[in-house]
Amino acid sequence: MKTKQEETDFEVRSLDTMCVNESELVHPWWYNFKYAAVGVIFGIVFIKAEIISWFRIQEMFKLQSFHMYGVIGTAVVVGAISVFLIKKLKIKTVHGEEITFTNKKFNKGQIYGGLIFGLGWAITGACPGPLFAQLGSGSLAVIVVIASAMAGTWVYGKFREQLPH
Amino acid sequence: MIEKLTQPWPWYVAGAIIGLIVPTLLILGNKHFGISANLRHMCAACFPSNIPFFNYDWKKESWNLFFIGGILVGGIISTQYLSSPDPVIIHPDLAKDLTQFGITDFSGLVPVQLFSFDQLFTLRGLIMMVGGGFLVGFGTRYAGGCTSGHAIMGLSDLQWPSLVATISFMIGGFLMTNLILPYILAL
Repeated sequence: MKTKQEETDFEVRSLDTMCVNESELVHPWWYNFKYAAVGVIFGIVFIKAEIISWFRIQEMFKLQSFHMYGVIGTAVVVGAISVFLIKKLKIKTVHGEEITFTNKKFNKGQIYGGLIFGLGWAITGACPGPLFAQLGSGSLAVIVVIASAMAGTWVYGKFREQLPH
Repeated sequence: MIEKLTQPWPWYVAGAIIGLIVPTLLILGNKHFGISANLRHMCAACFPSNIPFFNYDWKKESWNLFFIGGILVGGIISTQYLSSPDPVIIHPDLAKDLTQFGITDFSGLVPVQLFSFDQLFTLRGLIMMVGGGFLVGFGTRYAGGCTSGHAIMGLSDLQWPSLVATISFMIGGFLMTNLILPYILAL
């Protein structure tokens, strides 16, 4: 029974964007600050390129501005070249571990969930990352949006079994 | 240099830096770029409530919480030290559309006339802040990722389910902004 539970859990985990790629190495907790440093740079880009602007998102969906398409398009091209090189040259992590990729499995959630997220994205003008940058930029009321997003995730988790996937 | 940094950054600079976050996280520790799973980790940490979906060792994913903590700090730093004194430029047609709905303050990145604690007590504000946030949290987890996990990380790794998800995000956004949002803004 326990094994089955674990297998199911892996399925749930592998369906997600992350939650796989477990490292065998154990690092002190403060090693995580290196990820915080990357986050700081990301947060600065979010603000300085106005990616967290509600107005930029409206312009994107009204096809009034190329800005967001340019940002996402460039990011995908740079990301794709990087992933290609990492695979091709078998680049390892700074700790000497192999870098692994997990293929994503298709399920209908990507359509239904994607549409639902798209609706929310256009209302709030923010995806989950920008919400935290908006909060940092001083829009304290965004804490309500974040709390509500947590509630949405919780409700999804609660009714996950009943939803079509 | 500092003067350059305080101006709004062009899309190709921002896009290139965001794209480089993908290999940086991979090389730092085999971490896959993604944000929305943090909402799940926060639920798992605070309200697991015996739901299988939230019963996993969220501490193993704590790097991701450090990552969004960094985003929050980055938001503070750039607002405090790198902000441009000039108003945000928005498309004149958008300004015209929004003025019809009484949204006239275009000064910040987040419109205070829609997202503020006062607005929470109006029907429009409640729908946009609470309803919008709920859709973001529910939808991203249902889709298994958001703009970072699917549109950037997934597409960089040439995963076709991520392309399906990204197209769905865009369709949802187009429907909302062009067909539904005008009714919400009119409330």
